[in-house]
This record gives sequence, structure tokens and C-alpha cells, in this order.
Amino acid sequence: MYRYDEYDQAAVDARVEEFRDQVNRRISGAMSEDQFKPLRLMNGLYLQLHAYMLRVAVPYGTLDGRQMHMLAHIARKYDKGYGHFTTRQNIQYNWIKLDQAADILAELATVEMHAIQTSGNCIRNISSDQFAGAAADEVEDPRPWAELLRQWSTFHPEFSYLPRKFKIAVIGADQDRAAMRLHDIGLQLYRNDAGEVGFRLFAGGGMGRTPMIAPVIRDWLPKQDLLSYVEACLRVYNRHGRRDNIYKARIKILVHEIGAAEYARQVEEEWAHVKTLGLDPPAAEFERIAAFFAPPAYEAGVPDTVDLSDPDFRLWVDQNVSAHKQPGYAVVTISLKPREGIPGDASADQIDVMADLAERYAHNELRVTHAQNIVLPHTPKRDLYAIWQALDAAGLATPNLDLISDIIACPGLDYCALANARSIPLAQKIAGRFADLDRQRDLGEIKLKISGGINACGHHHAGHIGILGVDRKGEENYQLLFGGSGAEDASLAKIVGPGFSEDGVVDAIEKATDVYLANRTEGERFLDTYRRVGMAPFKEAIYG
Amino acid sequence: MGDPDQSDLGGEPRLRFRDDEPHEEPAVTLDAFFGQTNATAVRLESDEDARALIPHIGQLALVEVAFPTFRDGRGYSAARILREAGYTGELRAQGDVLVDQIPLMRRCGFDAFAPQADIDRKALDRALGRQPYASQKAADAAVPVWRRRHG
Repeated sequence: MYRYDEYDQAAVDARVEEFRDQVNRRISGAMSEDQFKPLRLMNGLYLQLHAYMLRVAVPYGTLDGRQMHMLAHIARKYDKGYGHFTTRQNIQYNWIKLDQAADILAELATVEMHAIQTSGNCIRNISSDQFAGAAADEVEDPRPWAELLRQWSTFHPEFSYLPRKFKIAVIGADQDRAAMRLHDIGLQLYRNDAGEVGFRLFAGGGMGRTPMIAPVIRDWLPKQDLLSYVEACLRVYNRHGRRDNIYKARIKILVHEIGAAEYARQVEEEWAHVKTLGLDPPAAEFERIAAFFAPPAYEAGVPDTVDLSDPDFRLWVDQNVSAHKQPGYAVVTISLKPREGIPGDASADQIDVMADLAERYAHNELRVTHAQNIVLPHTPKRDLYAIWQALDAAGLATPNLDLISDIIACPGLDYCALANARSIPLAQKIAGRFADLDRQRDLGEIKLKISGGINACGHHHAGHIGILGVDRKGEENYQLLFGGSGAEDASLAKIVGPGFSEDGVVDAIEKATDVYLANRTEGERFLDTYRRVGMAPFKEAIYG
Repeated sequence: MGDPDQSDLGGEPRLRFRDDEPHEEPAVTLDAFFGQTNATAVRLESDEDARALIPHIGQLALVEVAFPTFRDGRGYSAARILREAGYTGELRAQGDVLVDQIPLMRRCGFDAFAPQADIDRKALDRALGRQPYASQKAADAAVPVWRRRHG
């Protein structure tokens, strides 16, 4: 894992004092709320329906036990004893007091954490593959590049007042676990025919009210040119992105309006100039950062087999444990989607349990996934049973990874000032309807994603089954969508038909799963069957 | 860079981080600039292309870049483009220019400020002195951290 040096630490420490100063000027009236708003947003502080919300950055979703314990401490001391892990691999606290926000940032800084640029019209937290460094299908660990981008984008003087927010994802495998092509810039490390590893750069993806899958802007980008090239991409966007309409201000609209080829041409022209400015760090800096992401000290001779005689344990291993590239090791995904819980929520005690397990068994490392779960990336198979028992005792052993109850849901109208409908009660109703685990497992992988508003924070466009909450004449109404994917087979979901009440949408989903069961062929997921047979049979079953 | 001069010229408070004498010629619009051959001061609106000035930077002593609202960040790119092209004259940010934006503007190459509202000098001094290091290379003299790390 990356560790701060004196320069990194100085930056976050200074940021705490800067924010304290800004809060004081706001409270004294020296600054208007309009002037203060973008400053607090760039420190992750939103004003929600009931209180301030603080979003803490977990860069590329990676953190250690000490940092995880700090997240628990903040939940206890400054919030109501829990936190909410987000689709941006961050954590947010929903009950924060303005006059305590700087104190929280100061506590975070003691464990090399911050809330810098977790909101605002700037370059946001860089996201990545939660299995980075552990996945068997990986070409190279993408996190050193994510860290390089984190440092480059921190307080970037030219790109702090962009037309709109800007999200970058970096992956290093063929399998896309980070919804990379639904980002403003997506970067994929791959090996070319000459055996070299470099980037393929995508730009102009995103969700929101106009979802787009990012097209390729540059098929091959040498690693050492990454920062200058991304700088050129951002400069073209900063200069030419629309500023007349907040809903048309993301880079996806620019790329769509002028076309990917023209955007690429402008970037190349800009880069020809930018590349001469000496913005790219030397190889020694790449090597310095990459050294922090060296594989952990795996134990030799750890048994590669697991005793699965306990049936409940076996279920959990089947569903929530994934292959690791190192024999004797496994990747554990801890579901934060218990039957009656709130997707992505964890109590302070649960956060501490996960931190303890990482420290005790799993090379002191954790990941946050964009699907709002937690990963122990480097777990000896020998210790899986002990880990499962500890998770089970803490209510963290729900064996439902990638099943229909592993729902992504935004906070919705229960918290969010921008939402039109509640997402959390709906997620709970769906999980309740499909409570039977055998039934869920029979249905197989179904990525169900709920957004309570048009901003699509719950990724409904990328759901095999997506749900969008809307306000229809003062009543909550839910649109149902099928066929989205945020994976390497990225696609955008399509609306099935007229919307439903909360109960109506649960019924409609159940009917859709019946259509799937009746039509599937061997090995087909819900998404595959939908793609093969099309919308018609589903529509007929639901509305017929 | 010295202590900025905050003299009151033309009714507008002005912060200047340059040692030369303030340029007295009023800035003309970009259209007017291309209509007369001897202007030495020009004003760039936020939607105008700074690159249009590059062939003429040798004759310019002042470029004023408009910030109609502090949320409009195009002027940051305009400043860098001019500095990267070798412009060394006064580069002035005018309009909705606020305390917490000025440190970023300085890094992009602005060395003079004509904010439409008064600036709290003490708050500005604190803001300018806040970050000891720069994470990335920009248009100022700050040394990026990666160069400090590796020499």
C-alpha cells in the first residue's frame, strides 16, 4: 500500500488548516454560502436534507486496518455510529456538524486520509479494480497509476473549476470490475503485440440523465506519457465543455456533440504542445510509487484446499470467495447487503471487525468495491473458516455476492436533497421478496441497481436490472430497466415500459425472473437471456 | 515575488505581484485588438480563445482575463496557454475573483488581480502561504513534489 512521505503529509495537513479557515470565514459571514459551497464540496462536505454529509476519500478503494479503524472511530464520535460505503469506493457519513468537519479532517490526516476532491467540479477520487494486485486475470496492478493520478490531480490549479465533476478509473485486467467505461476517463492497462504494457484511454462515459459508454480516444498510450496526455484531455474539456447547462456540462456531452474522432484530434493537437512542458514525472517516480504496491509477503506452502464440511460455510465460500493469483490464497468479498440492512451501510463495530480481520489474517489490507461491499484481497485459504465465523458473528457473512439481493442503492430520498424517491426501502423489499437463498442462487448473477434520482448515483443504467425512482405528480414512482452492464461487456439498460409503485416494481421484477427461468439456456445469466430473447417476452409478462 | 501592491486604480482594488510599473493603457476587446495594430493591452472574455493572441504576445504588456463568475474556470486554461507560449507581461484576473481562487490563479500564471469585491488581505496572505509544496508542474516557479523527491 502507498504510504505518505513528508510532502504528501504536508499537503493534507495544510488542507485541514485551510478548510478550518474557510469554515471560520463562512461562520463569521465573511464568505457567502454561494462562495463557500464549492470550497466545502471540494472537501467532501454536502448539505443534505437533514444535516451535512461528509464523504471521505478511499483512493482507488484501498485502505489498511489502521485507516479502517479510524473510519469506525469517526462513525462513533461524529456520526450516529455507522457509515455508508459508496459506489465511488468512498465512505460517507450522513449526520455531520459543520463546526466539527475540520476536526474530522484533522483526525483523518493522522492516518494518511482526507476528503479532498470527493465532490465539486474537479477531478474526483480515482477509482479502480477492487481485486487489483490479487486477480488472476490481471496484466499489471493499476493502483500505482491511480496513485500517480491522485497526486497529479490534487489541488490541480487549472482543473479545480471544471464545467462539471470529473471521474477517472484505472483497471489492469480484461475483466472490468470498476465500470471503467462509465467514467469521464477510463484507462485500461494491457499488453500489446510487442509485449509492452501501456494504456488504452477511453473518454466521455458516464451515467446521470444522459448515460454514455466511453469510446476509445487513444488505443495505445505509453505509460510515461500518462499525465501529460490526461492533462491535454482535461484542458480540451475545460476550455470547450458546455457551461450553459449543468445537465450538459459533463465531458460525455462534449465528446458526443463533436464526436470521438474530433475530440481525439483536439486532444492530440493539445498534447503535441503539452508533452513539451515537462509535466511527466521521471521513471524513478513511477518506480517509487510502484514499490509500495509490491505483492505482500505470501507464506510459502499454505494449503490450497479448504475444508467445506460446514454447509453454511460452504455456501459462503461458493458465493463470496474468489480466485487469487497466489496458490493457497483467496479473495474474500464481505457483503454489506444483509437481508434487512441498508446497502453499503456498516456500523462502527462492524467496521472494526473488518479492520481486525484484515490485520490478523489478510496482510492488513482492505478494499471498498463500487458495488458497496468490502474486500479482503489477500486471504490465506487456511484462515477462511475463522474469518467466516467472525464475520457471521458480526452479521457480515451474507452469502449473496452478485446475487439479486446484492443491490447497489443510492441513499435516495431518505437522505439526499437531489433525490425524487426513496431507494433504501425498495432495496429491502426486493431483498425480502427474494429472501430464499436457494432461489437467489438458482437465479444466479443478477446485478440490480437502484437510483432514487436522475443523477443515477445508484448506477441503474448499468444494472442487469435497473430501477430509477421518479416523482410522478407528488408520488414516488419507479421506472424499470433491463440489460445494462458496467463490466467489460458494457451496455446501457433500456426502460421496460410505464413505471410502477414500490410494490408494483417488486412484482414486475419477480415476473421478469420467471421469464428468465422459463427461457434460459445452459449457463446463461439473466443478462444473457435478455440479450438473446429481447424485451418482448419480459414486457408481455409484466404488462400483458 | 514581493508584497503585492493594492493601490486603488480606476476605482477597482488591484493586487499586483509584479515589480514593474502598472500598465496604464486601457485593455481593448479582442475584436478591437485585431482592428488596430498598436494596442498593447487586451481583455479576453471567458469564451474567447487565448491562442488567438499567441502571434502577438511580443507586443502585449497586459492581458486581462475575465471571470464573470468564480465558477467559470476557463480563464485558468487561458492563463496557462499564454504563459506556456512565452508571454511575460502582466496577466490580470478581473471580475468574480475571490480569496480561495487566487492561489490557484497564481499557479496558472496570473500575477495581477482586479477583484470586483474587496479582498480580505489577511485571509489572502494565509491562503497564499498555505500549501508548502505543489503536486504538479504548472505555469509558476513551484517545483513539483516528484522533482523534489528525485532531484
